[in-house]
Amino acid sequence: MRGVWTLFKKEILRFWKVSFQTVAAPVITALLYLLIFSHVLEAHVQVYPGVSYTAFLIPGLMMMSLLQNSFANSSSSLIQAKVMGNIVFLLLTPLAYWELFLAFIVAAIIRGLVVGLSVWLVALFYVTLPIAHPLLIIAFALLGGGLLGALGIIAGIWAEKFDQMAAFQNFIIMPLTFLSGVFYSIHSLPSFWQKVSHLNPFFYMIDGFRYGFFGAGDIDPAISLTVVTLSFLLLSAITLQLLKSGYKLRG
Amino acid sequence: MPAIRIEQVHKSFGAFEALKGIDLTIAQGEFFALLGPNGAGKSTLINLLAGLLRPTSGRLAVMGHDVVSDYRNARRLLGVVPQELVFDPFFSVREMLRFQAGYFGLGQENDAWIDEVIENLGLTDKAHTNMRRLSGGMKRRALIAQALAHKPPVLVLDEPTAGVDVELRQMLWAFIKRLNREGHTIILTTHYLEEAETLCSRVAMLKQGEVVALDSTENLLNRVPGKKLQLKLVPTQLPPSLAPLFRSQEGDVYTLALDEAAQVEFVLAELRGAGVRVEDMQLIEADLEDVFMGIVRS
Repeated sequence: MRGVWTLFKKEILRFWKVSFQTVAAPVITALLYLLIFSHVLEAHVQVYPGVSYTAFLIPGLMMMSLLQNSFANSSSSLIQAKVMGNIVFLLLTPLAYWELFLAFIVAAIIRGLVVGLSVWLVALFYVTLPIAHPLLIIAFALLGGGLLGALGIIAGIWAEKFDQMAAFQNFIIMPLTFLSGVFYSIHSLPSFWQKVSHLNPFFYMIDGFRYGFFGAGDIDPAISLTVVTLSFLLLSAITLQLLKSGYKLRG
Repeated sequence: MPAIRIEQVHKSFGAFEALKGIDLTIAQGEFFALLGPNGAGKSTLINLLAGLLRPTSGRLAVMGHDVVSDYRNARRLLGVVPQELVFDPFFSVREMLRFQAGYFGLGQENDAWIDEVIENLGLTDKAHTNMRRLSGGMKRRALIAQALAHKPPVLVLDEPTAGVDVELRQMLWAFIKRLNREGHTIILTTHYLEEAETLCSRVAMLKQGEVVALDSTENLLNRVPGKKLQLKLVPTQLPPSLAPLFRSQEGDVYTLALDEAAQVEFVLAELRGAGVRVEDMQLIEADLEDVFMGIVRS
């Protein structure tokens, strides 16, 4: 297990060495969203009874940051190694495909958790959130981080250039996170868009995570947990298959 | 058990057949050269050994371990220095080497070896420098060090001295020769044929995906009979009677191929007869380049 441990450690150090960019920057971004949206909407919107809009917003921002950073960790590590060419040092090792998967996923989850927790810590200056179901919070955080970590590996394997990765991020990850109910309850949407939102796996991650804090959400958290777990398993299976086949990595 | 066994290996990229049935066995402890013009398939063969590519058909084994079905053991026993100058921009030389050894399951017990590699490749001053800040030559050293991090018994160097200064070249070969003496098998591809000639005991020449020559360096050199005579002539003109010996011309220097040294007398007599003055003259033993050119041209 030393090989996996080494790769995991390297993946952690890789983002930690540039934590200004990988942790501080996304926290600042989340904070800006918090300042602007809560300032504009605090007086006008109340999603759940007894929950202020600012409080409603914080778990959404935490999860959004967690998801985006989990994705960023595995995807940027792979695309950089591919473009720089130093991925050969990994491919020359006896590490098995599932060991690569494990190291990349766990490191991605850790980066997501570090950023998500940092958003929470900073947000404590504004609102103290209730914690209705801590286990649900942990479960959704881990599964969400894992899911996006796996998606990051897939994108990292698929993309051959930085602009392809940027396209993946801007045309898939960003719309799915923004349209997932981070900033609003989907009940406030017209019914057509509500239905569309139900097709977005990010919606279940955000809603389930938020349920863990307030004990209230747009749908039953059991459904969310099922959808997210199945999505995670499906993406993991695809990722493992890609790594095993050597697709775009070994000719 | 041979260090490397390659059996009937074919590799195609689409319709292009890069390797057309390679058979090659390299014994443990050999210092072996893999030569060939650009595009002959040397790097493809190395990448197949390293598991970076998969063979279309055929089998490759490192110390008896198949590189596909038993890749973990095969890779543990193999170190590869890639041709391209690649590096990880996030870490220092020493960090990188420790990570690299770690991927192979080695921990602190391997640190002494890493220090030895760093010292022998002249990287001591740069051990804590970020890879990004290294000069080209230093990056090349770090690249070689990375391949050695897990102390592999079989080491493949793909053009390790391309664009490298004399000092590093000598330092590198001194270290690699020492490793070879200690029992490591060394496989080398190079464009500097004199390197292969002085270092390697056996040579395989590849051409268009096939092994066209495989022999000891000595036997290959004996294949080219005689010597070469280089002449700088004034006026720049070779008498017609010497045309059968003509090999090549570069400026006012002619190269003639001789079967034996005694022919020099005949050449000089002919030149004198034709009124051509010899300004400079050099008698040269055939080298691997002649063998190489002979085989590649045929």
